[in-house]
Amino acid sequence: MTGSIAAIGAGLAVIGAGLGIGRIGGSAMDGIARQPEAASKIQTAMIIAAALVEGVALFGVVVALLGNG
Amino acid sequence: MRRSGFFTKKLNSFLMFSAILCFSYLPSFSNEVEKHEVNHTENADTAAISHASSNTDSSHAEHGEEKFNASELILEHIADSHDWHLWGNTSIHLPILLYTDKGFECFSSGKFNHGHDKVAGKHYTYAIEHEHIEIVGENGEVNEEATKSMIDISITKNVMSMFISMVLLLLIFTSVASSYKKREGKAPKGFQSLIEPIIIFVRDDIAKPNLGYKYARFMPFLLTIFFFIWINNMIGLVPFFPGGANLTGNIAFTVVMGVITFFVTNINGNKSYWKHIFLPDVPWWLYPIMIPVEIIGVLSKPFALIVRLFANITAGHIIVLSLICLIFIFKTIMIAPVSVGFVLFMDVLEMLVAFLQAFIFTMLTALFIGTAVAEPHGDH
Amino acid sequence: MDIVTPSLGLVFWTSISFLLLLFLLGKFAWKPIMKALDDRERSIEDALSAAEKAKDELARLNNESELLLKEARAERDLILKEAKQLRDNTIADAKGLAQVEANKMIEKAKVEIDNQKNAALAEVKNQVATLSIDIAEKVLRKQLEDKSKQENLVADLLKEVKLS
Repeated sequence: MTGSIAAIGAGLAVIGAGLGIGRIGGSAMDGIARQPEAASKIQTAMIIAAALVEGVALFGVVVALLGNG
Repeated sequence: MRRSGFFTKKLNSFLMFSAILCFSYLPSFSNEVEKHEVNHTENADTAAISHASSNTDSSHAEHGEEKFNASELILEHIADSHDWHLWGNTSIHLPILLYTDKGFECFSSGKFNHGHDKVAGKHYTYAIEHEHIEIVGENGEVNEEATKSMIDISITKNVMSMFISMVLLLLIFTSVASSYKKREGKAPKGFQSLIEPIIIFVRDDIAKPNLGYKYARFMPFLLTIFFFIWINNMIGLVPFFPGGANLTGNIAFTVVMGVITFFVTNINGNKSYWKHIFLPDVPWWLYPIMIPVEIIGVLSKPFALIVRLFANITAGHIIVLSLICLIFIFKTIMIAPVSVGFVLFMDVLEMLVAFLQAFIFTMLTALFIGTAVAEPHGDH
Repeated sequence: MDIVTPSLGLVFWTSISFLLLLFLLGKFAWKPIMKALDDRERSIEDALSAAEKAKDELARLNNESELLLKEARAERDLILKEAKQLRDNTIADAKGLAQVEANKMIEKAKVEIDNQKNAALAEVKNQVATLSIDIAEKVLRKQLEDKSKQENLVADLLKEVKLS
């Protein structure tokens, strides 16, 4: 039972991260389309922001893993 | 602008290189499949043996002949191990080093005979259960107290893989350094021209923007972290012998990296950094809230690094292994092309992730050090 | 759970490996590589700035030579003009001098001619006088051949003198 609840938790964390990274990626695309010459700077900033969001999501997944065991 | 163009060009050529590398090890996937098949049968064998010997504990009996437990297999593969499985029944028996309360113990892991035998050492008798070494008494009962005080510093699969990566790194970079000395002031050539753009990338796109003019002091640290993580990520993706260890996806490895980053950041923290933590620019009655928040911030930064690297690499390995396991779950070879196709795709993606995670780890390390050594602004 | 519990052995070996690697690579790889990269960058920068400087220098030299050329041209023109003037002057001078000389010569010639004429005239006069005297002498001789006539004349002349 705790395993399935942990799985639901991991799923919720992934939804959040998916939305967050999706927004980051979309905005970065907008930015690059508007200013193609700044593409590499936008990419770097995008990767960092995505990593930060992902980090939070991974906390969720790790907690789910902990709860699973 | 010119430099960014240069960077994207280099990134493109890097991706090309990764793709070529990936295709070059396409044939090895058949190996991978075979290996798992063998492993599966081996598991079945051991299960049969344990059935035959006596019905010991229930956990062993669970992966019987008809029931294939994918999650157990995957967890076994991403975990550390005391011997390095090569193919079939061949594996390298790595040395076991134990520090017990009575002194050191050193013997080959082959003596455990894949967990079937107990080994009588100088001080105690040892048994291995799911890669955990335990001290047992005469009747086979576990001596909990002695086991708890024992430290297992064996050369495991991950440690071995790390040593291989170290040797590789040392070979690569000392040879590159010597070619820099030999061809002083000339254009890079051969391997040098593969490595140089990456070093310049670390310097110009990671160190300089985050550390400013103080970048030179931290360059050795950042370069070592970057290449150490990257090469271990890449070695971990290779499915056969010198690779395959899930080192960067092991929490112990990432914990060490994170803790070293934590120390480097805080030891180099200047006055304004510590003032920002302990005497922030807020009304005094906010201190009981602000100071704990700041301290949690300091601790959570390396923690995020640790968990990010661990979870990303482990997730990659789990996905690849799950796709392989599909063949055994569906029990048909017809699913193999689909499985291998997806694994190929995932492996290309994982090569990108291998680079990206090394980059992000280094980038965030540089960012944290940068905030710790930054000169105070006028408004702070 | 097992997967998120760091094992002490791996922590131990990772720390040792990483610190060793940091030390070895820092000493034998990063230091020479970074130094070589910095050196090369600096040398490229120096070469570029030297090239820029050389370009400036070249432009300056070009300018200078242009200026020099212009000056030289001007000087040449001036020299030519002067030479022309000098030539003109010389010609004019020569002409003037020749004129003067010629005039002088003409004058001299004229004077000479006059002298010659005068001399000739004087000669002619002398000749005429001599001839006249000769003639007169002859005439007188003829007239005064006999004694009577001579005495008559003397008498006449004396009479004349007595009268005065």
